[in-house]
Amino acid sequence: MTAVTAPARTPAGIEPPPERRPPLGARLASLVLPVFTGLAVFYLFLPIAVMIVFSFNDPSGRQNITWQGFTFQNYLDIWGRPDITGPMVNAIVVAVAATLIATILGTLIGIALTRYDFRGRNGLNLLIFIPMATPEIIMGASLLSLFVSFGVQRDLTTIIIAHVMFNISYVVVTVRARIAGFNRSLEEAAMDLGADEWQTFRRVTFPLIFPGILAAALLAFALSIDDYVITSFVAGRSITFPLWVFGVSRLGVPPEVNVLGTLIFLVAIAFIAVQIWSQRRSIRAPATP
Amino acid sequence: MPRRYRWLVPYLFLIPGGLWLLAFFVVPMLVMASVSLQTGSLGTGYALTWNFGVYPEMIQQWAPQFARSLFYAIVVTVLTVAIGYPMAYTIAFRGGRYKNVLLLLVILPFFTAYIIRTLAWKLILADNGFVLGSLKDFGILDDAFRLIATPVAVISGLTYNFLPFMVLPLYVALEKIDPRLIEAATDLYASRLQAFLRVTLPLSMPGVFAGSLLTFIPAIGDFINSEILGSRDTTMIGQVIQRLFLNNNAYPEAAALGFMLMAAVLGLIFVYARAVGADELTRG
Repeated sequence: MTAVTAPARTPAGIEPPPERRPPLGARLASLVLPVFTGLAVFYLFLPIAVMIVFSFNDPSGRQNITWQGFTFQNYLDIWGRPDITGPMVNAIVVAVAATLIATILGTLIGIALTRYDFRGRNGLNLLIFIPMATPEIIMGASLLSLFVSFGVQRDLTTIIIAHVMFNISYVVVTVRARIAGFNRSLEEAAMDLGADEWQTFRRVTFPLIFPGILAAALLAFALSIDDYVITSFVAGRSITFPLWVFGVSRLGVPPEVNVLGTLIFLVAIAFIAVQIWSQRRSIRAPATP
Repeated sequence: MPRRYRWLVPYLFLIPGGLWLLAFFVVPMLVMASVSLQTGSLGTGYALTWNFGVYPEMIQQWAPQFARSLFYAIVVTVLTVAIGYPMAYTIAFRGGRYKNVLLLLVILPFFTAYIIRTLAWKLILADNGFVLGSLKDFGILDDAFRLIATPVAVISGLTYNFLPFMVLPLYVALEKIDPRLIEAATDLYASRLQAFLRVTLPLSMPGVFAGSLLTFIPAIGDFINSEILGSRDTTMIGQVIQRLFLNNNAYPEAAALGFMLMAAVLGLIFVYARAVGADELTRG
């Protein structure tokens, strides 16, 4: 927004009043919202800052609540500890598997809901919506009821089954929003130019909805790798990263937890940076095939 | 595919995912309902005895925890609106070219693990941590003053963890509002407050509705915050259900509680949707 367009906001025909500074009260009032928002952002980052600072702490006992001294040792130690790397690997395996399955199943439903008319649409919409409106604890409890009643052994497989279940709805909603937003005439044009249905899908529809699918997959991955509640019900003896964190936190939080939190945070920031960078690039060079 | 089978295509698309949801969402709910009506023990096995008595029994036994969860969830929803609305408003109307950066700042803290964020709050609120400890050393606070293990700690943890679920839908709703509508209101001699109350606020109600659901639902069933930041006096219904299931193996009792929580949440959503008049949200 530039200064040139600003005067257009005043009603037509009325000249803006001559340059005069607004009264002090009004100037202060106009500061209230930005200051409030700044404080709120500070509030949002406070625990993150604390987490990062205390990942460099060198506590004497198990309690990592007061500052004792600076060390890098925590960052070097975690890699040689199978009790930490094991759950981390488990969490990644579960998240990758659940993301793949949920993204494929959810995308198919998203396409069916936006592209076709069929009986049972309302029922399906409800089936998609209700899992998102259900507290996690209930999904966990009901899955445990199922597995116990049928004598199913609980391990990483049951965790993956559960994660796919709660991710499908989020994938459907994300992909559907993307499909609903694009112009159908592009597909019609492809058909007019002699493409068959499959070619149209592969060369036109899929590339157009791919950003939506990618966003859905990232969301599913983030939800899966961070899930504690449902996982705690269906994990049996296996341990994923959130379960490990919760377990050790009962005896006082060791600095390793902060180290891993900081590393996850950095990975997420790197992801976002790459995405912003690739978006910028695609905006700058839109026409190249 | 031959033309007469074309009607099958959408079903082929939705059957794999639909079956997954049926098998691992709908069926488990039914199994949980059936488990809640069984009697027996882990050693002797369970049998379906249609023991409806477990429901009133559980309500009687856990009413305080139920009521507390409901109370916390409502307070948290109100607090997230109170903090989130001015934020979303500022980003949407005053953000200018920094809108996306500000939105990113709102989401960024939530890329750390949920439990680790909550543990960081435990550190901040700790009795002799660097915040309260310093304030006590300077004599600003009484030595006996504490936040951790109080309802205040649990509610602030919940509010923190669910704030972005409020800010994002509010932002989406506010951003959609055509600023010319607000200008038209002021041209017609509405004060800025009137323009806000009569134009901006009503138009942003879908965001308030979506944000409240996204905050209230996870908050009422949460047990992480109370487990980490609370005490026995802040026990929420989620903790009760988890303990009965996983520690006590009291499956029928736990299933009955879970079922009642589910019914309560769906009932409240229904009433709320009616009150706000936003039932198109569920239709998508």
